[in-house]
Amino acid sequence: MRLDLGAIAKAGSSKANQTGSWRNYKPIFHQVKCIGCGLCKIYCPEGCVTMIEKKKYTVDYTYCKGCGICAEECSSSDIEMIVEEK
Amino acid sequence: MSTTFIEGSIAVAKTVGVCRPHVISAYPITPQTHIVEHLSELVADGEVKAEYVNVESEHSAASVVLGSSATGARTYTATTSQGFLLMIEVLFNIAGMRLPVVMTCVNRAVSAPINIWNDQQDSMTARDSGWIQLYAEDNQEASDMHLQAFKIAENKDIMLPVMICMDGFVLTHSFDPVELISQEQADKFLPPFKPEYYLTPKNPLTFGAMVGPDGYMETRYFIEKTMHASLQVISNVATDFHNQFGRFQGGLIDTYKVEDASLVLVAMGSIIGTIKDIVDELRAKGQKVGVLKVRSYRPFPKDEIYKALSHVKEIAVVEKAVSLGYGGILVNEIKSVFYGKPKTPKINGFILGLGGRDITADTIHQVIKETAKAASEEKFVGLNEALIGGK
Ligand code: SF4
Ligand code: SF4
Repeated sequence: MRLDLGAIAKAGSSKANQTGSWRNYKPIFHQVKCIGCGLCKIYCPEGCVTMIEKKKYTVDYTYCKGCGICAEECSSSDIEMIVEEK
Repeated sequence: MSTTFIEGSIAVAKTVGVCRPHVISAYPITPQTHIVEHLSELVADGEVKAEYVNVESEHSAASVVLGSSATGARTYTATTSQGFLLMIEVLFNIAGMRLPVVMTCVNRAVSAPINIWNDQQDSMTARDSGWIQLYAEDNQEASDMHLQAFKIAENKDIMLPVMICMDGFVLTHSFDPVELISQEQADKFLPPFKPEYYLTPKNPLTFGAMVGPDGYMETRYFIEKTMHASLQVISNVATDFHNQFGRFQGGLIDTYKVEDASLVLVAMGSIIGTIKDIVDELRAKGQKVGVLKVRSYRPFPKDEIYKALSHVKEIAVVEKAVSLGYGGILVNEIKSVFYGKPKTPKINGFILGLGGRDITADTIHQVIKETAKAASEEKFVGLNEALIGGK
């Protein structure tokens, strides 16, 4: 990244911003009541939710910033936000 | 070289045209309209081979020039007053991304109350945005400054946007003899824009990515450092221009009868012309008066100003903007020039001409009279006493 020239960087270098460090609350994907609607994946602003199989979704904690949108939107209240102690 | 009797706005549009911009985007607003209208005609008539992007707001106009500049295009926009304020978010982004956009800020008062007439409050509001700001004294200079602006902005050691500030109506709508710049002359002066980095599918890059507390401060540091470096570039480009065209309107500053003056008026923009007339008048009566034009406001040429004014006893700064809750803006920067120096002249500040209030010879005479009084102070000049209930 060229900080001396407006922080121009190679494409994809935003991956270096590991937003997981911002988190106070952490989503737990229980994978019990999940109906596979995919809303968590669609709404996640970090794009860090992925589908493992049809009714099983998981999160990449390197980038999950703990905003809680996935838990708020989940069709079957299968995602729980818990305080993260560091 | 041909001299044409022409409206200021049209002269500026024609100069921008011969700078071969690739993309122009603007939203019309009084008193900037004639500039962008004429440019759109030049594009429609095929005289200027640019993409003219019509948009729904100034925020979009600024965003269009930001995006297209990032692809390596030479870009131009213009606005004023409320439109300028709407652009401000993007103006900071353009500077932060180090994109050499050139814009004209036609200087106009800001609302409320609505006022379409001239002062310089709009551009002064963005003085900390990272844009180089140059103020034009007359239409010849306004026109010439645009050609210089692209050369300054696109210098590979600078890569910062440049704003040419010209007084609304006073310059934009007045007809003056202007020596227009031909295509051939412009091509000789201004090389094609070849940025080191630009957006292309062949080499994907990220512009304006997030930078956290670990690097953001350094990006500001580099802009500040580059601003200082641009002092030299601005004056070099003015010299290059002088060499090619024979016209010199000042580099960072310009002085008129300052060398032996005991009182110097300091100002920016079209008011300089009025002051020069008064200076001539007073000189004829034996008074040692001069005027200093701040041509480059950002970067602020502290050293040049000090060098020019170190022998002076009294300084009167006249300005068409105010930092509400503090007072004059330029006057306090002029005061800072003398901080810690062995001799400090008496420095008075005068706020005048807001919202198009006429600045006449009498106004300037009043400034000079006030300066002669003992105290160093800042005040509004030209207020209508009947409207403010006496003094
Ligand atoms: S908490 Fe926010 S960032 Fe983390 S997975 Fe859920 S939606 Fe995405
Ligand atoms: S929103 Fe809830 S139910 Fe829908 S896929 Fe995600 S975890 Fe499963």
